[in-house]
Amino acid sequence: MSNFRVAGRGRIDPQTPVKFTFDGKSISGYKGDTVASALLANGIHLMGRSFKYHRPRGAICAGSEEPNALVGTRRGTGQFEPNTRATVQEIWDGLEVTSQNRYPNLSFDIGAVNDRAYMLFSAGFYYKTFMWPKSFWDKVYEPFIRAAAGLGVSPTENDPDKYASRYLHTDVLVVGAGPAGLASALTAARAGLRVTLVDENAETGGTLTSEPQAVIDGQPALAWAEAATAELKTLGARVMTRTTAIGYYHQNMVGLCQKLTDHLPKPDANTPRERLWRVRATQVVLAQGALEKPLVFDGNDRPGVMLAGSAQTYLHKYGVRVGDSAVILTSHDSAWYAAFDLADAGTKIVAIVDTRSAPAAELLAQAQKRSIRVLSGYTATGTEGRLRIKSVRVNPVVNGKVGTAETLPCDCLLMSGGWTPSLHLFSHTKGALAWNDDMQTFLPDRKTEDCEIAGAGRGLWGIAAALNDGAQMGATVARHLEKEASANEFGVEGDRPGTGVSHKELPTDLNPGKARAFVDYQNDVTAKDLRLAVREGMHSIEHVKRYTTNGMATDQGKMSNINGLNIAADALGKPQPKVGLTTFRPPYTPTSFGAFVGYHRGDHFEVTRKTPIDSWAEENGAIFEPVSLWRRAWYFPKNGEDMDAAVSRECKTTRSAVGMFDASTLGKIEVVGPDAVEFMNRMYTNPWTKLAPGRTRYGLLLGDDGYIRDDGVIGRLSDDRFHVTTTTGGAARVMNMMEDYLQTEWPDLKVWLTSTTEQWATIALNGPNARKLLEPFVEGQDLSDEAFPHMSIVECTVAGFPARLFRVSFTGELGFEVNVPACHGRQLWEILWEAGQKHGICAYGTETMHVLRAEKGYIIVGQDTDGTVTPHDAGISWAIGKNKPDFVGKRGLERPDLVAEGRKQLVGLLTQDGITKLEEGAQLVLDPNQPIPMKMVGHVTSSYHSDAVGRPIAFALLEGGHSRMGETIYIPMPDGVINAEVTGTVFYDPKGARLKL
Amino acid sequence: MLLVHCPYCEQTLPELEFTYAGEAHVARPDAATPVSDEEWRNFLFIRNNVKGPHYERWRHFHGCGRYFNAVRDTVSDRFLITYKVGETRPELSDLLEKSK
Ligand SMILES: [Zn+2]
Repeated sequence: MSNFRVAGRGRIDPQTPVKFTFDGKSISGYKGDTVASALLANGIHLMGRSFKYHRPRGAICAGSEEPNALVGTRRGTGQFEPNTRATVQEIWDGLEVTSQNRYPNLSFDIGAVNDRAYMLFSAGFYYKTFMWPKSFWDKVYEPFIRAAAGLGVSPTENDPDKYASRYLHTDVLVVGAGPAGLASALTAARAGLRVTLVDENAETGGTLTSEPQAVIDGQPALAWAEAATAELKTLGARVMTRTTAIGYYHQNMVGLCQKLTDHLPKPDANTPRERLWRVRATQVVLAQGALEKPLVFDGNDRPGVMLAGSAQTYLHKYGVRVGDSAVILTSHDSAWYAAFDLADAGTKIVAIVDTRSAPAAELLAQAQKRSIRVLSGYTATGTEGRLRIKSVRVNPVVNGKVGTAETLPCDCLLMSGGWTPSLHLFSHTKGALAWNDDMQTFLPDRKTEDCEIAGAGRGLWGIAAALNDGAQMGATVARHLEKEASANEFGVEGDRPGTGVSHKELPTDLNPGKARAFVDYQNDVTAKDLRLAVREGMHSIEHVKRYTTNGMATDQGKMSNINGLNIAADALGKPQPKVGLTTFRPPYTPTSFGAFVGYHRGDHFEVTRKTPIDSWAEENGAIFEPVSLWRRAWYFPKNGEDMDAAVSRECKTTRSAVGMFDASTLGKIEVVGPDAVEFMNRMYTNPWTKLAPGRTRYGLLLGDDGYIRDDGVIGRLSDDRFHVTTTTGGAARVMNMMEDYLQTEWPDLKVWLTSTTEQWATIALNGPNARKLLEPFVEGQDLSDEAFPHMSIVECTVAGFPARLFRVSFTGELGFEVNVPACHGRQLWEILWEAGQKHGICAYGTETMHVLRAEKGYIIVGQDTDGTVTPHDAGISWAIGKNKPDFVGKRGLERPDLVAEGRKQLVGLLTQDGITKLEEGAQLVLDPNQPIPMKMVGHVTSSYHSDAVGRPIAFALLEGGHSRMGETIYIPMPDGVINAEVTGTVFYDPKGARLKL
Repeated sequence: MLLVHCPYCEQTLPELEFTYAGEAHVARPDAATPVSDEEWRNFLFIRNNVKGPHYERWRHFHGCGRYFNAVRDTVSDRFLITYKVGETRPELSDLLEKSK
């Protein structure tokens, strides 16, 4: 047992020694230790380097608010976590811990040069330093900022751990299992309510684990806590430890992160590492207690400087004395007890230095009993010691004047600047805070959620106060839930209530401009930085925060907020409530991405929609591309073809024989009802009344702003039934839009809409041999051009399957689209594939589909249009029913901007050399010799090699494009300017003869 | 995450089931009669963007699929009421009285 371990103290298990490594060195501790408590038990305070100045730092706290002692923890491949708080991470045999922000090692670090140059790194350093010259950005500033940015090192391997996610509904959620939380939970559970009690620590008890001297209703504090926890479980309450309430959201939804395996040497492979809970509680009790504040003075960050309350926790919870000779520096009574307890455990107390001139007589008496020297009315003005504090410089303050310094040697300095209620979760609810002038702190005030705040979280100090308030709040929430409940009065002996005062930075006789008096340890923000920010014009606390980064680190200013506020308020000459606090945001403590992602990783991150024919495509070597959530066959390479070769072959085969294409992803909506035709007339631009059953039409959908939203071929099956197709990506949007107009603009129309996209498999056959291939399989319809002309639809059977057969073409060739119930899709595909062999069939993918449609001038909504293109711009005004009284977009098309000259219009482009293929997205200019920045007049929307045309073809949106036919426009590219001729958009078979075969 | 009451399902359900659908009571002018450019612009683009109680539309997308109206306070993010399409727009003073 090390020199610093106190036998018989703490909650650790002395029978179970544990070995872990810290920077490769083996360290011994016990089961129940954290990394920090085990290191302290071995006399090690130096645990890390600070972020900006690389100053040596030790643990300043014993809990999750720790700003300094951030370490990397590693279990195995991919199981590395940076910025783990050493004060929270429990140790187990084999745990690998590394320190951060140091090179080459913790005691000698090159980055510490930043510390000597601290004058350069003051508030607003980034804004002031990295400004000019512009040329320095790429080569000097950015690499510098990137190298310096970030705490710790990101893991580089995939995380193999599992993360889980659950919902929970509960009557009462109690956050914090200290005295207030336990009393609340007990009262509510005894009233018969479903209670959930959560605490971030490994066990319940909260502050009681640091104050075992107290006796509650005749029981030692810890025994009481254990009994209370056991009773809660008996009453059916859910008690969750190692579980942090990370965020408090609307209507009493609280997010919890439960850590399940980080404390285990050999976790079960099936146990998730963490589980995120979404709890919906009818009532919430916040019993999170209070956080101790540091005092702000020069050198308040050396290893060995620690919060007094945390030193007490190390002593009582872990049986660790944090040093052999301690100076206590305090403005609050609570630190005196740390002095007494440590003195009783064998640490020499050099002095209790209290900033107050008249500490309580009772405390003085106890100090005297232990022969502890007391210096009251004192300030601290500096510390010494490179990797560990060696001494502290203190001075008397009389009538505001700092007197002669005295140096007190010590190996630890235990400070307390008083306590701040933990307001984070309450603030997440946008609950209002009120400044309490006596306590010099903010307290929760007006509530926005069904919650109560109990104990130290609302400024009540001491175990009895916390217990009784907890019971009251438990009874209050029970009464809100209409349960009889009575609040116990607790009898507490050995309680240590106390008071204190709050400070800005402590007064000094030295140059305050040179003081390294830290306010925010994690972001290395000093009192001087805050004052400088105010001098430089930051008058809002939100500006001060961002300019100095005070409170912006991963600890979210848990310790720095009130100190920062006190200093900023002083600099501004305003009272604190007029300055206000910055916003606390979830999560309360840093939370792993794994916990948030939960099950949604890998293939489960996003669904991949597959058509019924997808498996055939996969078996036949298709290369796929994602199209919205679908994966679609892109092309089918044969014998080592590259994409260009495969697409060229697929195009040629389709134009000369027959090609088969899986069009199942097309959106499909069944529009049915006595008013179906009226509905179609109002939704789409086209006239539908005269479209006879059995015929189809190209339908164009606009928004009421007049811009193109979607398009597709629409078939009329009977008077009251339409088979609407939409673009693949637009299906859900179109359905939503139709429902919107139907439900809210025209609720009188008798129409029923059904999405049928996934009910049909759609096989497109295109090419001169399409009819020859299909005809033998069709029953119930003569496929001749006379009996079944282009743009027809019929319900028939194909290969014995019930089918909706379209005669339609998106390639310019003779074309059919067979829709069969999805379950028959692959079977029909294989039948047609087999039969197609003698007709020279090929399967083609989306790339060939794009080329073939572009050759014919068919647009793709979303590629050739961008949400600001009108039918006229796209050259498809013919699709507008001119005589309809109204349709969606009709009035929009008359808007002044939409009828103005000079709009961007869709045109064809042919590069003048006949060889160069333009890049999609490339910008167009009228004069390539104009100075940069050039005036851009449009861009290329589609561009392909075309064998049928014999040269590359492209579409572009071009200002005034329709009146520029035959003109030359220019496309400046990094390696030169390309010339192109403006043409129409139909490059192949302009008369449409091939459709009529 | 909010809880939203669907006036058609008559159930209070998690926000995940619902989608927001913009300001409510923006009537589409009858385009079969002459509508001025200004009137059409207002219909398309001009919204109240209120700080406080806001009349807005929601859709029970992963449920009954119905659009409905709601009054939600944009400051507190609280629903004061939800009601069916076609029902009279509730008076704000009545709602604020009730929510006290
Ligand atoms: Zn509903």
